[in-house]
Amino acid sequence: MTDRWSDPTADAVARAFRDERAAVLATLIRHVGDFQLAEDAVQDAYAAALTTWPRDGVPANPGAWLTVTARRRAIDRLRRDRSVADRAERLAELVRIDQQEHRAVIEESSIVDDRLRLIFTCCHPALDVSARVALTLRALGGLTTGEIARAFLVAEPTMGKRIVRAKRKIADARIPYEVPRDEELPDRVRGVLRVVYLIFNEGYSATEGDRLVREELCHEAIRLGLLLRQLMPDDAEVWGLLALMLLHDSRRAARVDEHGRYLAIGEQDRSRWDQARIREGLRALERSVRVRRPGQYQLQAAITALQMEEEPDWRQIADLYGALVSLTPTAVVELNRAVAVGFADGSKAGLELLSPLLHDPALKRYQPLHAAHAELLKRAGEREAAARAYETAIKLSANDVERAELERRMQDL
Amino acid sequence: MSQYMLLLYATEVGGEELAEREAEIPIFVELSRSLEEAGLLVAAGRLHPTSTATTVSAISGETELMDGPFAITKEALAGYYLIEGENLDQALGVAKRIPLIRYGRVEVRPVM
Repeated sequence: MTDRWSDPTADAVARAFRDERAAVLATLIRHVGDFQLAEDAVQDAYAAALTTWPRDGVPANPGAWLTVTARRRAIDRLRRDRSVADRAERLAELVRIDQQEHRAVIEESSIVDDRLRLIFTCCHPALDVSARVALTLRALGGLTTGEIARAFLVAEPTMGKRIVRAKRKIADARIPYEVPRDEELPDRVRGVLRVVYLIFNEGYSATEGDRLVREELCHEAIRLGLLLRQLMPDDAEVWGLLALMLLHDSRRAARVDEHGRYLAIGEQDRSRWDQARIREGLRALERSVRVRRPGQYQLQAAITALQMEEEPDWRQIADLYGALVSLTPTAVVELNRAVAVGFADGSKAGLELLSPLLHDPALKRYQPLHAAHAELLKRAGEREAAARAYETAIKLSANDVERAELERRMQDL
Repeated sequence: MSQYMLLLYATEVGGEELAEREAEIPIFVELSRSLEEAGLLVAAGRLHPTSTATTVSAISGETELMDGPFAITKEALAGYYLIEGENLDQALGVAKRIPLIRYGRVEVRPVM
């Protein structure tokens, strides 16, 4: 949105939109008790800023100005809207807050709490995962419905309906606007991290769609990761996820060669890695490890960091995958572990770990499994079996670049 | 405070399986008692099987009775709790304490 305005006041509004919107919205939702009304009022406040700031100057504390203005707009809206059931009570409460906080001295701690409330509400497990992702991007990331729809390759009205439905459920089922109690907190934090990582992966790994929008998703996910770090600095996995996203993102430019071919970490041009991001990622990883509470994101970040070294220590990588398997025993992790063990202890050991996966009927059509199987067989010198595995992998491949790469490797046999 | 309807769905079983489930009735009784004590319980009940159901409708213009449940599904409505709750989390908390969730499902719906 910065492109549209060039004068400094408009820049200030755009900056305030980017930096303050989530916090203003979070506080307002608590005050008005309604997601939709709060969103509309925040929108009004930004519109007001666009007309008043050029005339009166940018306020010293834009966030406080926006909060107070949004609250007054919410009062106006409530006065007009007679359909709201407990309108009188809400109005009375809002007017009370407005008089009390007349000079808009807003405690930093309450801003932190409000944003946490907003995150936990957007990522509530009673909402469908796709709705959690969309709401989080909208409320905390400030993406428009159109941008979110484009990023997830769905029609804008579909995405709009999804968001409206989620907001209605929050209101009607009374999904609480609060930080979960201690006994639920670890589970709920994991749920939030999952949503953030989903957003990142959608931007990072998908090959279709508008590249700019997808990059935006990665940036939003990292911004959310930075926000979570600020809000929950003692949680090891919050740091772990941030580290993982930064380490992946540092290699964005080097991931694909000039023909659009996907490159493994070892094949990438290291000079194109973003060193500042790597340092930032390693620092986050170090913070995470210091808490001494291993978790899946932390382990994945540590594995990625090791793989990025010039001479990867496959023994250590294999051990970390072993730890990861015990935390998240998914086929993907088991497969990666077998590959790492193949490098650390020889392809025979890797093939042994792969064997149960190859016998799992659910994984019969899982292309990466057959590609990895082919690689291990090739290194074990079993050329005929390797060729068969490559053929299976090629048949299952959905993407031209990937298929060409597998064919090239098969030819190398 | 809002009211939430907790609808308990499970497959209808007989014989040994039914006996196993009925052995858990004291847990349901204890749950009801503790909800009542906390002031959360409005009503609760266990339903007879769907073979006893009669469905009433006047969609066609005339009132019709049908022998049987509204929809024949693998998992049928087996009982309900109507509770008072501060918010959805509290209602979900109650749902998680119902022993039926180990062999069935509980649908939680806010009452208007």
